[in-house]
Amino acid sequence: MLTNTMATADTASTPLLPEPWHTHLQSALAPDESIEAWLTLDLDDTLRFSDSVLVLTGRQLIACATDGQIAAWPLDAAFELHAHDHAGVGSLTLQNETARQAIWRFTLTQNPAALRFCRRFDQILDALREGREAGPVPAVLCAQCHAPLPPDEDDCPACSGSIDQPPSTWTLFRLWRFAKPYKGQLLIGFLLTLAATGATLVPPYLTMPLMDNVLIPYQNGQQIDTSLVVLYLGGLLASAVVAWGLGWMRTYILALFSERIGADLRTTTYDHLLRQSLEYFGNKRTGDLMARISSETDRICVFLSLHALDFATDVLMIIMTAIILASINPWLALVTLVPLPFIAWLIHLVRDRLRTGFDKTGRVWGEITSVLADTIPGIRVVKAFAQEKRESERFREANRVNLEANDKLNRVWSVFSPTVALLTEVGLLVVWAFGIWQVANNDITVGVLTAFLAYIGRFYGRLDSMSRIVSVTQKAAAGAKRVFDILDHASSVPEPTNPIHLKGVKGQITLANVGFRYGNRAVLRDVDLVIQPGEMVGLVGHSGSGKSTLVNLMCRFYDVSEGAIRIDGVDVRSVPVGEYRKHIGLVLQEPFLFFGTIAENIAYGKPEATRDEIVAAARAAHAHEFILRLPQGYDSLVGERGQGLSGGERQRISIARALLIDPKILILDEATSSVDTETEKEIQKALDNLVRGRTTIAIAHRLSTLRKANRLVVMDRGRIVEEGDHDTLIERGGFYWRLYEAQQRQVEGEALTPSLTPSMPNAHTAGVDAEPTLK
Amino acid sequence: MTTQAMDFTLSRDAFGHLSLTDAAGERHDHVQVVRAFPIAAPDEGISLLSADGHELAWITHLDQTDPATRQLIDETLAARDFMPVLQRLKSVSSYATPSTWAVDTDRGPTRFVLRGEENIRRLPGEMLMIADEHGIQYLIKSLPALDAHSRKLLDRFL
Ligand SMILES: Nc1ncnc2c1ncn2[C@@H]1O[C@H](COP(=O)(O)OP(=O)(O)OP(=O)(O)O)[C@@H](O)[C@H]1O
Ligand SMILES: [Mg+2]
Repeated sequence: MLTNTMATADTASTPLLPEPWHTHLQSALAPDESIEAWLTLDLDDTLRFSDSVLVLTGRQLIACATDGQIAAWPLDAAFELHAHDHAGVGSLTLQNETARQAIWRFTLTQNPAALRFCRRFDQILDALREGREAGPVPAVLCAQCHAPLPPDEDDCPACSGSIDQPPSTWTLFRLWRFAKPYKGQLLIGFLLTLAATGATLVPPYLTMPLMDNVLIPYQNGQQIDTSLVVLYLGGLLASAVVAWGLGWMRTYILALFSERIGADLRTTTYDHLLRQSLEYFGNKRTGDLMARISSETDRICVFLSLHALDFATDVLMIIMTAIILASINPWLALVTLVPLPFIAWLIHLVRDRLRTGFDKTGRVWGEITSVLADTIPGIRVVKAFAQEKRESERFREANRVNLEANDKLNRVWSVFSPTVALLTEVGLLVVWAFGIWQVANNDITVGVLTAFLAYIGRFYGRLDSMSRIVSVTQKAAAGAKRVFDILDHASSVPEPTNPIHLKGVKGQITLANVGFRYGNRAVLRDVDLVIQPGEMVGLVGHSGSGKSTLVNLMCRFYDVSEGAIRIDGVDVRSVPVGEYRKHIGLVLQEPFLFFGTIAENIAYGKPEATRDEIVAAARAAHAHEFILRLPQGYDSLVGERGQGLSGGERQRISIARALLIDPKILILDEATSSVDTETEKEIQKALDNLVRGRTTIAIAHRLSTLRKANRLVVMDRGRIVEEGDHDTLIERGGFYWRLYEAQQRQVEGEALTPSLTPSMPNAHTAGVDAEPTLK
Repeated sequence: MTTQAMDFTLSRDAFGHLSLTDAAGERHDHVQVVRAFPIAAPDEGISLLSADGHELAWITHLDQTDPATRQLIDETLAARDFMPVLQRLKSVSSYATPSTWAVDTDRGPTRFVLRGEENIRRLPGEMLMIADEHGIQYLIKSLPALDAHSRKLLDRFL
């Protein structure tokens, strides 16, 4: 779907043929023969990956294989070049009126280039037939920003992001973007941390004089100096109290701050998610997205509030301790550092494994949520087919995978922590040994050694907790990656760079040569349609013929793959999405109600609507009376997805919702398919008043619904096959006539045996929208 | 359903399209051949569709066709079926998506861009289906049968 739509304008220079093709082709070209177009083919006849090239000159079409072998077709006025594609493979067929001359194949990667090649071929052949010179190559415009594209490029340098950005290893630092607004608090927090850490380092320092000036002299027979003891103990107490106070303040401020970052991250991600196109949601699993936004952001938040903080404290503490140690006795300090390199090495070993492990558990967690998000909404189907056991099995399986991933992780992790502890114990041992030796040599006093050991206890303790943070950091980094995955995804329905603002929409819709594909499946081809302001157009056709898809394109849920859609002559891609959709009232084939009251649901598109407006819209949609029959009237709560209302009731509420925003363009996709004929007639009457002055596009299988339409457009397999009003189409005796006849027969059949054949006009309308995603 | 003594004949026209003449002697041009289960059972359930997508004939198993028809069907399918079987994953540009993969397939080496992890789908029987950004589908027939290096790379995305 990355294929850019291109409009032609102006001119561009002929692209240069790259090597080695250029050399291969030299012999085949006359000296004055210039290359008009070329196309790299990445598949051979047997559909194996292999490069070759197809070159078009003013006189011939030349295919040059990988090995330089050349085949040429001198241009003939009878030649036609056709492009097709199926399941990811495109083909170009060269044929004249009697037979196929050649066929070339390529992957869809080359599709835009191939279409360009075909266009150029047609231009040259047209010129040949009319016996004139073919003009220069028309330049191609980017579909999004309307800048001319470089001749041999398909992606617009101006607006396309590069697709293959390497992820930054420092994903966590990207969180800075969210921390920035809280710079001040962060700074205060940091200063407090510094002070608090400093305060906790005072007590061990005081053990030194306590030992050397009080205890040791006492052991040697001197009297204890009480005032000195009071002083030192007072110092210990004071530093403890100060450390407590500072620590409290710091933790509070930083926790506040990280909570806010977490909230910002969550809401920003959600906002970004909401702006994605339907294509994005179609490809993602709901549960996975939910897991990313809820639990991953929470992980990051916990990391920031608890662990990042601890980590900073640890680092500070270690640096300060190291400085103090070195100032007391550099040699002893050096010995203390012995386990450090080992620990660093260990961390290095374990880090990558942990990160990939956590990344994996994150994905697996998404899978678990997905199973829930799949099953709970579909619970009726599960129960109807008695598949509880199978769903439970599926959930158990997801959990098993989760256990497996976690077990693997825990194996690594469980070795790591004790190993660090062991290393620090050994370090302590070394310091003892070295210290005793130094005391014996009278290099240091017992007090110094005691202070040292007190410090080292903390130092190693910190090392231990710091190494523990490896796991949390990796967890947060993996989470951050998954969150930024969402944030980095540019919407495939992008906001225009140079938006054009619509003033007073008239409601003319033009579809020019529209083509659309879902993935590799072409669903719409060459759709040309102009809908005049105020006109009501009925779209009819078999199920799956692309009616809903066409409507999706008009609403800009997706962007066209080829061609353009214009509103009042302006390409919809250059209008800001939100602004554009304000003018559209849409009633979907599958009505969706949010959790809330009926009034809220009706006013969804216009929250500021007054009660009178809501009631008026409900009346118009013939929902008023049934709403009043509910115990709480308009204040009745409807459950998720409108459970508790019938299909027809839900449809009427969604009609009311569309009517309330008073849109210039009204789109009704099977809006009345679930109501009985009687009610439909009444809604129809109401709609008849409302469609006046609005451009209306109505899709219906029950053709009688469309009797008021100015024009009927008949679709079949992604193309418009017939157009005209009911009478003309019936007269023509074509596609529409057949549809109509079939329905008439059904209606007559019903009339004869009303009790046996209940009206089931909707039997075959279970559209794609209604199906659960099986991705 | 359709009897195996086939009640239709196939032929190819000068444009390379298949034509089918049914038992009633009616001729259908532009016939398409599709597999009903291209992954699960490629040789079972072959359907011949008319240009407007209606089924003209159903072949329960390819074995049940006569050699000439079989050849026509095989040729047509060969030019249409494109699902490279991924045999080895040589390298990936990054562990975060989008990521460019260099792979060996049964149709030769190639590269493609994987847009998101959700484009890797598990199929029954340890099979995986990977869709690239252009919708080309790569099949991994058996995950455990891949070499260790490929498995290790792939594991980062599963
Ligand atoms: N999200 C999607 N991904 C892939 N294919 C899709 C998707 N949505 C629709 N299609 C396919 O596109 C074709 C047209 O679908 P569309 O929903 O437009 O049909 P429709 O004319 O509205 O049918 P109905 O009358 O049943 O509602 C169908 O063949 C359908 O399978
Ligand atoms: Mg539909």
